[in-house]
Amino acid sequence: MASFPAVLQSEWTKIRSVRSTVWTLALTFVITLGIGALLSLLTKNNFSEFAGAGDSPFDATGTAFSGILLGELAIIVFGVLAVGNEYSSGMIRVSLAAVPQRATLLLGKAAVLGALALVVALVTAFTTFFVGQSLLGGHSTTIGSPHVLRAVFGAALYLTMLCLFSAGVTAMLHNQTLALGVLVPFFFLLSPILSAVPKVKTLAHYFPDYAGSRMLLVYEQTDQPYGPWAGFAICLAWTAAAILGGILVLKKRDA
Amino acid sequence: MIELHELTKRYGDTLAVDGLSFQVPQGVVTGFLGPNGAGKSTTMRMILDLDRPTSGKVTIDGRRYGQLNEPLKYIGALLEAKAVHPGRTAYDHLLWLAQSNRIPRKRVDEVLALVGLSSVAKKRSRGFSLGMGQRLGIASALLGDPEILMFDEPVNGLDPEGILWIRNLMKGLASEGRTVFVSSHLMSEMALTADHLVVIGQGKLLADLSMADFIKQNSRSAVRIRTPHVEQLLTALHGAGLNAEARPDGSYEIEDGDLAHIGELAAAHGVTLHELSPQQASLEEAFMQMTADSVEYHAGNGEGRDAAGAWGAAWQPRDAAAADPAAGKEN
Repeated sequence: MASFPAVLQSEWTKIRSVRSTVWTLALTFVITLGIGALLSLLTKNNFSEFAGAGDSPFDATGTAFSGILLGELAIIVFGVLAVGNEYSSGMIRVSLAAVPQRATLLLGKAAVLGALALVVALVTAFTTFFVGQSLLGGHSTTIGSPHVLRAVFGAALYLTMLCLFSAGVTAMLHNQTLALGVLVPFFFLLSPILSAVPKVKTLAHYFPDYAGSRMLLVYEQTDQPYGPWAGFAICLAWTAAAILGGILVLKKRDA
Repeated sequence: MIELHELTKRYGDTLAVDGLSFQVPQGVVTGFLGPNGAGKSTTMRMILDLDRPTSGKVTIDGRRYGQLNEPLKYIGALLEAKAVHPGRTAYDHLLWLAQSNRIPRKRVDEVLALVGLSSVAKKRSRGFSLGMGQRLGIASALLGDPEILMFDEPVNGLDPEGILWIRNLMKGLASEGRTVFVSSHLMSEMALTADHLVVIGQGKLLADLSMADFIKQNSRSAVRIRTPHVEQLLTALHGAGLNAEARPDGSYEIEDGDLAHIGELAAAHGVTLHELSPQQASLEEAFMQMTADSVEYHAGNGEGRDAAGAWGAAWQPRDAAAADPAAGKEN
């Protein structure tokens, strides 16, 4: 049997030795931070216009994380490429010849992928939070305020789980172009549109992105179907299911 | 040792590999020969447990591939030359492969030197030529210093220098006592490197014999003559105990005849010769004859068969039963 630490070391070498890792993760950081900082600044300068209307209190944390919806695209691409490039290059056959235990191979890859995504997501989340608060000036909140620390960690977990979910879906589809073609429209068109349509939106509220993003909320919303931790559990379940599905497909299929 | 037992692979309605049983002998180069689409690559993928057999089994040193502990140390394979992430350097490609099987890092430098890629080790493989890609694939096969090596069409698309290099490499590996299993669709290539031959066509075993036996059975020679004095010559030949066979174009062939002897015989009897030429059936022709019935796609005008027909329609391997063990089994 292949030794798991050896597989982890090997997968780490794979992931650190391609450029796409660097640029997708750098983009995750830059987009999330950049858009968050910009909106924080705009909000401070035009506070009455931006935050006046709603019945819920102003969410300074949420404002700092305004960029996360675009930033998640980059980390989804990271997850897709890390798995998908094995298929696009035909390297999967070399990988499986080296590690014929297919579940071990994919779990090792997911572990390395998840760990790296989590580190980058944590750095991104905390930097974005503190930069956002400093730009919000008088309207800012602090990390010690109720639920704020949970929301910042939640942002990091959200990004990490979407990355792993995408990796699992790519393993199931064993094709990175197809995986991007499915995941990007799902997260950017289908999920947001469906969660705005009456009736259908109850279903859309159980999609991984909507569920995961509940962790970012500091204040309870009037129409929210469940709390942040239930959202975390639902998103985690999707992620686990995608990876499990990827393992099953990989095990069953001829490489 | 690689052992195949009734190995079968079906894709939908097509039987890609059909009840294949043979052993790859240890310590020699075994050529795995068959026309395109014969099932060679599918068989090799099943040996590595990449494709799952529909039925039957294949073992390496008595175990399934998936049961091997750190398999790169038992068997190294080159299936496709460019199965490498184009953005990764040659060194990093070999490094992850080595780490997965706990092969020391210094072995990466060794195999890079062995295949002559040390100078481009830190270059991304995107810019590699086919020959360099092939060398990188061979480096990954050699990485675990395995006893068994398997190469799928390693000389395809290589320049003469590359072909010569691979030929010598395979011979060298076998002389170190390693088992080399190499597929090809070119008999001429195998005649130069292989000690043993396994021939398949349409997924079925057609022959499993030593190269020496194959040559003995298939390299026949004849003398072709053309003369305006047919009767006279045939009598003279008959008198000398030689048999001439008429060919449709009006010439005659004397199997295993000696050129000088026949020429002298004709002169002694005052026979004019318009042609006196040696004829040889190459191993390539013998191979094509053997697989002619199993070739999936013939050229439209039947040229595929004609090429095998240097001996005409009557051509038969001298010992058809020995050359074609599958034929005996089928009834």
